[in-house]
Amino acid sequence: MGRYIIRRIIAAIPVLFGLSIVLFAFIHLLPGDPAAALLGQHATPELTAKIRTQLGLDKPLYEQYLLYLGQVLHGDFGRSVINNRPVLSEFAIRFPGTVELTLGALLFAVGLGIPLGRFGARHVQRLGDGMVTVVSLLGVSIPIFVLGLTLQYIFAVQLKVLPTSGILDPRIDIPAVTHFILIDTLLVGNWGAFVDALRHLILPAIALGSIPLAIITRITRAAVLDVSNEDYVRTARAKGLTERRVDDRHIMRNAWLPVVTVIGLQIGGLLAGAVITETVFSWNGVGRWTVEAIQDHDYFVVQSTILIFALIFLVVNLIVDIGYAFLNPRIRY
Amino acid sequence: MPRPQTLPARPVATRATRGLWGDALRRLLRNGPALVGLFFIAVFVAAAVLAPVIAPFDPLAGKLVDRLQPPNAVHLLGTDLQGRDELSRILYGAQVSLVVGVVSVLMALGMGGVVGAAAGAAGGRLDNVLMRVVDVLLAIPGILLAIGIVAWLDRGLPQIMLAVAATNAPIFARLLRASLLANRDVDYVTAARSIGASKMRILLRHMLPNSLTSLIVAATLALATAIIDVAGLGFLGLGPPDPRTAEWGTMLTDATQFLRQAPYLIFFPGVAIVISAIGFNLLGDGLRESLDPRLRR
Repeated sequence: MGRYIIRRIIAAIPVLFGLSIVLFAFIHLLPGDPAAALLGQHATPELTAKIRTQLGLDKPLYEQYLLYLGQVLHGDFGRSVINNRPVLSEFAIRFPGTVELTLGALLFAVGLGIPLGRFGARHVQRLGDGMVTVVSLLGVSIPIFVLGLTLQYIFAVQLKVLPTSGILDPRIDIPAVTHFILIDTLLVGNWGAFVDALRHLILPAIALGSIPLAIITRITRAAVLDVSNEDYVRTARAKGLTERRVDDRHIMRNAWLPVVTVIGLQIGGLLAGAVITETVFSWNGVGRWTVEAIQDHDYFVVQSTILIFALIFLVVNLIVDIGYAFLNPRIRY
Repeated sequence: MPRPQTLPARPVATRATRGLWGDALRRLLRNGPALVGLFFIAVFVAAAVLAPVIAPFDPLAGKLVDRLQPPNAVHLLGTDLQGRDELSRILYGAQVSLVVGVVSVLMALGMGGVVGAAAGAAGGRLDNVLMRVVDVLLAIPGILLAIGIVAWLDRGLPQIMLAVAATNAPIFARLLRASLLANRDVDYVTAARSIGASKMRILLRHMLPNSLTSLIVAATLALATAIIDVAGLGFLGLGPPDPRTAEWGTMLTDATQFLRQAPYLIFFPGVAIVISAIGFNLLGDGLRESLDPRLRR
């Protein structure tokens, strides 16, 4: 097991190097000049040349790459050309918002997906199952932005029960300690603000969680159906166990494995989906920041956020794979 | 020696002669959800192809006096901020989604197919290098990769196609490689090798056709995500360069400011995207079931 983990970590290193090269090449082939973007309307040829020297843009590409790599390995992801703040500290401010959104979506998807999948499997080929299948089909077919706008219209505009967008009512002032808004509101003991933050989270979390919800429902249904046909389930019923006990002790225990795996695999998709969800709901997170950076030609932000995103994605996949090997003793590497 | 003629010819052979594809087609035509999917796709394709004939108005021109009209007898789906007919724009929008969706998936099949086939057939070092490149691409969340490519190459339909293709190509490459590897040591490949068939012939005539089914299913499902991704790029402001172009995602972005006054501007393009995505998802699932009857429940 230990050797497997080490082997997987070592295998991830060349991917990260490859990624840094791809992103570096990508940014430096972009049309437009970071130095000119930095200076904006104040750009003169002399100033531009000076900034280019400062940023090292006048050096050969391979030198620039090695410089960049050295900086990244020291945790220096460059500065935003728009406000000259370090990318990493800006990322650290916005990432908690993305994490809260992603976890909210995951909670929604798992909390609803597993019961729906079990329900579908129990009522297989009947009306209930048909409805579950339709829900999961809609989940994968409705784009996040269509669902998000629809939810905004129904719950914020028409019913007026939830806020349209944002992370917290702008009239509430909460000192940023952890940048996790739910935690920060609790830290100052402001229950009203905590509830308000929760209310802001509901619609974006549902919009973002709709695709994982569909996938988790499908997998749970299939996994439960698979296990239900096993001999030991029939034996459990034959010896007179209640349906509930058969379900909990004999079916679900064995159906968990594919479900847990697929839940882990959703996290990457959720981070990607956060880009669009944050844009729809004006959510202050890394995704919206990246989209804005692309529109502003803020190259270093784009380069670094995608790199950090990919790093997180790789780490999550690694944890899922290792967790899988841990959960399934039949897999020996 | 004369053959014993005791057994009368029985019609058992007819089933076998239909072949994999004939069988699959028969199963597909008996699959209700897949037929619904085919119907949705037919509506979508018909809207795209017939747009110039059936669209009641010019999708690009509108009168400002007609702006933000709710659905009525003249403008069945209402008008947008610039007084353009929403129905005509949705019909023409189908053209963009269909062309960009199909071309990008074909491009992805081409790129992913070549890489996957090379990796799966060659093995060894080439396989290793190609799969690491695929790993790198798969490590970037799909929509971010697409956004990056459009931002890099500037806005335009070919750029959008390439961007959407780039998110699917590594998936196809990995899929094809895996199924080629699974096919490498099966009996008919060994047989072909033993009669001296060239590597290329074994790959093209024996291994590829047997690896295609999973790729076809994946490509059909990818059409659904491609249509959603194209609209997603449009929604993020990275759609076709001409802002007047009727494109579903761009139409939605324009409509977000009028969520209160004109919700129908969100509703109708949204329904158009969802219907076409459902169509390809249902067809993809149906194809999967009919090409691999073991999956049938």
